[in-house]
Amino acid sequence: MTVKVRIPTPLRKLTGGADEVSAEGANVGELIDNLEGAHAGLKARLCDDAGEIRRFVNIYVNDEDVRFLDGRNTALKDGDEVSIVPAIAGGRA
Amino acid sequence: MSQSIVRALKCRECGQEYEIAPTHVCEFCFGPLEVVYDYDKVQGVLTRELIESRPQTMWRYRELLPIDGDPKVGAQVGFTPLVRAHNLEKVLGVSELYIKNDAVCYPTLSFKDRVVSVALSKAVEFGFTTVACASTGNLAGSVAANAAAAGLESYVFIPHDLEQGKVLGAGIYGTRIVGIEGTYDDVNRLCSEIAGNYGWAFVNVNVRPFYAEGSKSYGYEIMEQLGWRAPKHVVVPMASGSLCTKIDKSIKEFVKLGLVEDAGTAVYGAQATGCSPIAKSVKDDTDLIHPVRPDTIAKSLAIGNPADGYYANRVIKESGGWSEDVSDAEIVEAIKLLGETEGIFAETAGGVTLGVARKLIEQGRIPRDESIVICVTGNGLKTQEAVIDAVTKPRIIGPSLREFDELAEADQVKRKAA
Repeated sequence: MTVKVRIPTPLRKLTGGADEVSAEGANVGELIDNLEGAHAGLKARLCDDAGEIRRFVNIYVNDEDVRFLDGRNTALKDGDEVSIVPAIAGGRA
Repeated sequence: MSQSIVRALKCRECGQEYEIAPTHVCEFCFGPLEVVYDYDKVQGVLTRELIESRPQTMWRYRELLPIDGDPKVGAQVGFTPLVRAHNLEKVLGVSELYIKNDAVCYPTLSFKDRVVSVALSKAVEFGFTTVACASTGNLAGSVAANAAAAGLESYVFIPHDLEQGKVLGAGIYGTRIVGIEGTYDDVNRLCSEIAGNYGWAFVNVNVRPFYAEGSKSYGYEIMEQLGWRAPKHVVVPMASGSLCTKIDKSIKEFVKLGLVEDAGTAVYGAQATGCSPIAKSVKDDTDLIHPVRPDTIAKSLAIGNPADGYYANRVIKESGGWSEDVSDAEIVEAIKLLGETEGIFAETAGGVTLGVARKLIEQGRIPRDESIVICVTGNGLKTQEAVIDAVTKPRIIGPSLREFDELAEADQVKRKAA
């Protein structure tokens, strides 16, 4: 499965400045492992020592937060778009 | 003196420090960055007397806010009334109750003017000429107004289905409003992706560490207005959870600087039942915040994926507070109660906060005989849709003495004797 992954500004140092990369993976967890192969250091930013997605990292598959899907087991298919977004506060309070 | 004592930006997770810059995420662990200060530099210098000698705005605490020199934007913001709520005390059966009323904050009638004036002042210092925000409404209005007054361009991003008063309350200032088909969480996500691409100061993205610090002024004012005293209990509305953490920080700073004694203030977080991920985490005794899809009339609090939820949860637990949530019907009832007892018209978030305070008092979580502050952070005129059907309509009569006498008789009001 080849998917497009949007890279947030704080991680672009690891992707040579690219704001979008292509990567393979049957699910989000595999995708992250493969991203790490191509862009060393990326996985540690996204996942804690146990491999769980960090509290302050949001990952979306086709605009859906993977926490509403199957987390890192969320399946991917060709052409899916994945966004990595650092959590930010906002709203009013 | 108004020397900046800001030391750095520091990651709240791994502790890595960064120079002051428009950035909000740790490059190493993705944790959020927070402004840290060298308090020693103002110890014994920033005194009650010095603060009291200054104009009544949020900038009287300027050493503890992250700007250099004079504020560039929003010089008149803050110092809203702290109202002793005698009538509400009787209804709730408590002995010492206050409303901190940011429904009348200058210029856009919400506490967002505090955070925006810091964020935009910082944006000007950094050299930005366009400012932007993701907003549930109040922030949009505040960014638009303060940007207009400061001569900055602005873009504001809101969910497409906001209350009319919030949309109008931003558009009037000539900003560029973009409505996003989706929830606030969708708006927020889009903005965090846009922020890196346009060279703008996004007040709640890349200048968020500075922005969030503005909330501390709300806490400082409460303490000064209580006669340099920290309250025993403070009830705070929660969307992202940031305000909870900043009120707590403001109290700890004042205690550290010897401006107030430590009262062991307990912080309580209020949410609407239709969007209560932080309240749920507190009640479930976990620090995991599970995102939800919001469904509540309290749109300004409708953040399903609250970025500061984890920290708000921790502040609540460590301070000995608690968290609750209230239904839409309870929100409306509380808005009316506040209006009818204290003459204060709060927006839906204020209904959430009072509704939750009432619930916590009835549960015995907040004792009846200690000081309580309820945080009202926005104005009811902006969320009229929520209460319009719950408020008594005028009875229409002709301009006729007879018709009025009939109406008075129906009210059992007697004409005075001739």
